[in-house]
Amino acid sequence: MRDISMDRVNTTRNEILGIIKNRTLTHEQKVAALAGKADSLMEVLELPEGLEERLNLDPADKIICDLNEGHAPMRPRYIIPDYAKFMKNGSEFLQLDPPTDIWEAVNSLLIFYKNVPSVTNFPVYVGNIDELLEPFVVDEAEAKKAIRLFLTHIDRTILDSFCHANIGPRATKAGRLILEVEAELENAVPNLTLKYDKDITPDDFVFLAIDTALKTAKPSFANHKMFSEELSEDYVIASCYNGLKLGGGSYTLCRVLLGNLAKKADNIDHFKKEVLPETLEIMAAYMDERIRFMVEESGFFESNFLAKEGFITKENFTAMFGMVGMAECVNTLLEKEGIQGRYGHSEVADNLGISIMEIMDEFNNNHVSPYCYGADGHFLLHAQVGLDVDVNSSPGCRIPIGEEPEELIEHLAHSAKFHKYFPSGVGDIFPIDTTVHKNMDYLLDIIKGAFDNKVRYMSVYEKDSDVIRVTGYLVKKSEMEKLKKGENVLQDTTVLGLGASRNSHILERKVR
Amino acid sequence: MQVNTAIVNKIIRFSSVDGPGNRTVVFLQGCNFNCRYCHNPETIGACRQCGACIPYCKTNAITLVDGKILYDRDRCVNCDECFHHCPHGSSPKTERMTPEEVFEEVKKNMPYIRGITISGGECTLWRDFLVELLTLAKNVGLSTMLDSNGTYDFSKDKELMAVVDAVMLDVKAFDRSEHEKVTGIHNDMVLSNLRYLAECDKLFEVRTVAVPELFDTKHTVYETSRLLHEVGKQEGIRYKLIKYRPIGVREEYRSYETPTEEYMNQLRDIAYNNGMKDIVII
Repeated sequence: MRDISMDRVNTTRNEILGIIKNRTLTHEQKVAALAGKADSLMEVLELPEGLEERLNLDPADKIICDLNEGHAPMRPRYIIPDYAKFMKNGSEFLQLDPPTDIWEAVNSLLIFYKNVPSVTNFPVYVGNIDELLEPFVVDEAEAKKAIRLFLTHIDRTILDSFCHANIGPRATKAGRLILEVEAELENAVPNLTLKYDKDITPDDFVFLAIDTALKTAKPSFANHKMFSEELSEDYVIASCYNGLKLGGGSYTLCRVLLGNLAKKADNIDHFKKEVLPETLEIMAAYMDERIRFMVEESGFFESNFLAKEGFITKENFTAMFGMVGMAECVNTLLEKEGIQGRYGHSEVADNLGISIMEIMDEFNNNHVSPYCYGADGHFLLHAQVGLDVDVNSSPGCRIPIGEEPEELIEHLAHSAKFHKYFPSGVGDIFPIDTTVHKNMDYLLDIIKGAFDNKVRYMSVYEKDSDVIRVTGYLVKKSEMEKLKKGENVLQDTTVLGLGASRNSHILERKVR
Repeated sequence: MQVNTAIVNKIIRFSSVDGPGNRTVVFLQGCNFNCRYCHNPETIGACRQCGACIPYCKTNAITLVDGKILYDRDRCVNCDECFHHCPHGSSPKTERMTPEEVFEEVKKNMPYIRGITISGGECTLWRDFLVELLTLAKNVGLSTMLDSNGTYDFSKDKELMAVVDAVMLDVKAFDRSEHEKVTGIHNDMVLSNLRYLAECDKLFEVRTVAVPELFDTKHTVYETSRLLHEVGKQEGIRYKLIKYRPIGVREEYRSYETPTEEYMNQLRDIAYNNGMKDIVII
C-alpha cells in the first residue's frame, strides 16, 4: 500500500465532516458516503501509465471514469445470484430452508436481498421474480397480497432504483399479478424488465406490460431472442439495463467519455488510429488490475456465502467495457474536418459512429482479461447511461435530447444500427402521449418491429406520469420536488434524477 | 398499358388512430363531399397551378415554373399557410404518384407496421390505383383498410373488395336531408354500404362527427347503431364518436360549438343501448 500526503488526508477529513453535517442526506446515505471516503484514501492498485491524466479531471474533460467504484475493490460491482437455486436449496449461511408457500417465498427473498453486495450496497438484481414466485401462487387473492407487500418492501428498503427485477418471457399467473400490482403502486423500485419474445410471450401479457409501463414507466422491454443468442438463456437484465449471466455478474464497469476524448484528436484519422486505441488500452489495463485485486487479493470469492454456496461463480463473471458520448464525439470530429452532418441526422455521421464502434468491438475481441470466464476471457461492451454530473455527454450511443429525429421510425432505425454492439446493455427511451395513442396494438407493433430489426432494449412511459425513466433508472417526479426543497428523500437515485433533470434535460425528451 | 396514378396529399409513416395497430396512412387528394366541418379542406380540390399560395410561403418552398407548381420538401417548414390561403380547397404540397412509388414509401416502414390505411379526401375516387396499391401491400402480408365516406358502391366491386380487409366508414348524418345539409349530397349509398360492409364483416369502424347545432347527432347515432344491431353486427364493430373541433375548419364554418363531455357520453349511451360494445370518444 502506497503512502499518501497529509494534505490529501485533511482534504478528505473535511469532506467527511461535510457529509456528517449534511441536512439532506439520510443516515443510511451518510454511512455509504463515509465508507466511500475511507476507501478513497487507499492506494493499492498498480495503475497503468497514462491513467492518471485521463481519470482525475473535471467532468467536462474526464476521459476515463470508474463510476465511483473506489480505490480498493472488495466485491464485484454487479452480482447476479442464482435465486432459483436458493429457492430450491435454501441457504446454510442465512439459515433458511427452502420456502413452502408464498409467504415463506417472499420472506426468504427479502432476507436474501439484504445480503447481496454491490457498488451501491443494494442488490442490482432481485431475480426473475415471476418464475421464482409462480410455484407458490395457489390462491390468487392471497398471492396478490403477498406480492403487493413484497414489492412495497423492496421499494422502501432497497433504496435505489438500480435494483432490477425481471419477468417473462413466458406469461405466468405471478407475472400478471406483478404487473397489476406495479400499476397500482406506482413505485420507482424495483426497476423491471419484460424479457420479450413474440414467439413465446402472448400478446395479452404484453398488453398488460404496456399498460403498466404507461402508468409507471416499467417494465422495459428486452429483446429475448437477441440476448439469448449472445449470453445463453441464462441471462438477466440488472441495474439500468445490463445484460449479464445468471450466477455471475460484472466485476467492474469503467467507461470512456468519447465526447471529451474527441477534443484531443486533430482529425478523424488521428482519433481512430492513435487517440482512441491508446485510451482503450489504458482503460482495459485499469479494469484488468481492478479485477486482479478483487479476485486475487480481496478474498471475496473465498469468503462470501454467495460464492461458497454456489449462488455465484467466477465462471459466469465478466466486466463491462463502457462508453458514453458517441453523439458528441461524432459531431466534434465532423466539425474538426469541416464536414456537414450531425449524429442521428446524417448518414456520414452515423457511419462514423459505426466505424468507431467497430474499433471498440475489435479491440475488445482482441483483449484477453483472464478472469472474465463468463465471456470467453473478454469484457462485454456497454453503452453507459451517463452520470448526473456529466457535461455535454449523451448516454451511450443515444441521440441527444432535443435533437431526436422528427419521425419515431428514424429514431428506432438509428437505435438498431448501434444496439448490436452491446450485449451488456444499451437502450432507448420514448415518452408517449397516450391522449393521442390510446391504441396498445400500436405500441406492440412498434416493439415487435423494433426487435425484428435488432433493437435490443426499449422503454416507454406516459409523458405525464409521476414515475419516469431518467436514463436507465426510475425516479418519482414528486420525490425530486421534495429534494429540491431540501427535504430528506428515501432513495439515492432521486438525487441523481434531479441532477440529470438539470444537466441532461431528461424532462424534455421528444414525446411520441 | 395505362399507368394508374393518384394525387397523394401526404403519407403518415406511423399512425395509431387509423385502424388496428400501427399503420402507414396514405391520404389521397380530392373529395366528392363538401362537409362544412371538414378539418382538412385542403384535401378536397385539385391544385389548379394558379400560384395564389406562393406569396404566403415564408421559405420560398413553392415556385411556379412553366405553368407548373414546384414544391421543395426540404425547404418547407410545414407552417401550412399555403393551403390555408388556397382559393380552390387544395394544396401545392401534393404529388402525383404511381402505386409502386407509394408502395416503396410504405415498405420503408416495415416491419414496424401492421398494415396500410388509405384515406383522403375520398380514396375510392382513385379506384384503379387502390386495387394496384392494395394488391402490392397484401402480397407482403400487410393488412389493408380504407377510410371512406361511403359514396362508392363497394358491393359491386369484387376485385376491390378482394384486396380490402375492412373499411372505416363515415356516417355524417343518418337522415337524408340532414346529410345533404352537412355534405352537399344525400346518403343513400352510404347507408347501403353501412349495411353491406357490416353484413360481409368488412366494417371495422363507423364514425360520426358530433355537431349538434348542424344536425341531430343523437338521431344519427341511434339509427346507425340500431341498423348495426338489426344486422346482428353491433358487437364486433367500433363506433368512433368524434367531437367537432374548429381546428383546421374553414373560417365560415368555424362557429359551431364543441360538444360537451356530457353530450358525448349521452351519445355513447345511445350506441351502448343498441348493443355496441366498442365505443370510442375522441
